Amino acid sequence: MGLGRAFRAMLGRDIRLAVRQRGELAQPLVFFAAVATLFPLALGPEPELLERIAPGIIWVAALLSALLPMDRMFRPDYEDGTLEQMLLSPHPASVLALAKVVAHWLVTGVPVILLAPLVALFLQLPMQALPALLATLALGTPLLSLIGAIGVALTVGLRSGGPLLALLLLPLYVPVLIFAAGAVDRAAAGLPIAGPIYLLAAMLVLALTLAPMAIAASLRISLS
Amino acid sequence: MPATESIHTQRDPWLVVEALCCARDDRILFEALGFTLTPGGIVQLEGANGSGKTTLLRAICGLAPIEDGRVSWRGTPREEVLDEFLAALTYLGHIPGVKRDLTPRENLAASRALTTMEPALPPDTAFYRVGLGGLGDTPLRRLSAGQIRRAALARLLVVPTPLWLLDEPLTALDTDGKRMLERLIADHAAAGGMTVISTHHALDLAATPVQRIRLGN
Repeated sequence: MGLGRAFRAMLGRDIRLAVRQRGELAQPLVFFAAVATLFPLALGPEPELLERIAPGIIWVAALLSALLPMDRMFRPDYEDGTLEQMLLSPHPASVLALAKVVAHWLVTGVPVILLAPLVALFLQLPMQALPALLATLALGTPLLSLIGAIGVALTVGLRSGGPLLALLLLPLYVPVLIFAAGAVDRAAAGLPIAGPIYLLAAMLVLALTLAPMAIAASLRISLS
Repeated sequence: MPATESIHTQRDPWLVVEALCCARDDRILFEALGFTLTPGGIVQLEGANGSGKTTLLRAICGLAPIEDGRVSWRGTPREEVLDEFLAALTYLGHIPGVKRDLTPRENLAASRALTTMEPALPPDTAFYRVGLGGLGDTPLRRLSAGQIRRAALARLLVVPTPLWLLDEPLTALDTDGKRMLERLIADHAAAGGMTVISTHHALDLAATPVQRIRLGN
């Protein structure tokens, strides 16, 4: 069978599995909504304060809710032996791994993007900053998944890779956070945001090109 | 099955393992290990727990690192014909490599998509032959350990690779399941296929000769 069909089959299998385990699907979403709603309760409902900190809060919540289910990207496959089967396929492991990352982003990243306008409303984010928020999330969350997949691939062979994974990934996530939250901040102040958006787009293209190879190599190390 | 057609025409060894040495956690498991497999050949790996049977199978297919020695496929080192080699082998680990939340049919479709070969049998025929007739659409979660093993074995029938690497495939299988697997291996050998199998059980493979390799000591 062709590589295109293998990619689609892997993507379809992972989405089907995610739909059958709906509880895990909802976990990052609940976390994202909870963090964003707790801030106004803790800080008080003054619109000026919330308006000021909303871009940062939304992006930190999105980042942490992306980190939360990250380990699930390869660990279940590692434990039931399907990861070995994937590496033994004559198709390039990098392409198959990319299919898994795309599936993971579709079930964990996209729901967060869809929920973001509601959370923005809670936090009094100015309406003019909403397109910037959605654009940075659309570019930033796949970037978080791609970078995260490298870390997961490296730590999947460890018994308790969770804390190590967070330690490994958070520094790599910092540039995404700075440029994305910065862009939303600038949009709220009515400033142009083309610069940070282009930069995020460039980072995403770079990650899409190079991350799959790094993921495949890391998986081989973890499984040997 | 184009792969098996060409097997009949050639009697040279297809899989050659030479002077293989593998280590785990700085301990040498085996060294200077070698064997050859010609079409129709069967190798049975024996040895105590921890003697390196799984490591040997994983080293042959390239999952475990090799300290020394080499593995050749049809006269060429494995690394130089990696795509062809991977397309020609099916590895079944002691963890079955199937998803519990999927049905046998969905699992089979997923593993078929990973190969480059055209399916040799329709899924339902394969399920019937491995003793899962009528269970093709039941999620594995609701099946027994032996039935999950059978669902994994269905892959051997549907994806017609010439080389089978089976790690303790009899785990969780009942007497009937053991006979079914012996028949699969004997039929595979009769059609020119090759099998490397690790198991503690004596295999009853009718007239098919079996090379035994004892690991450890």
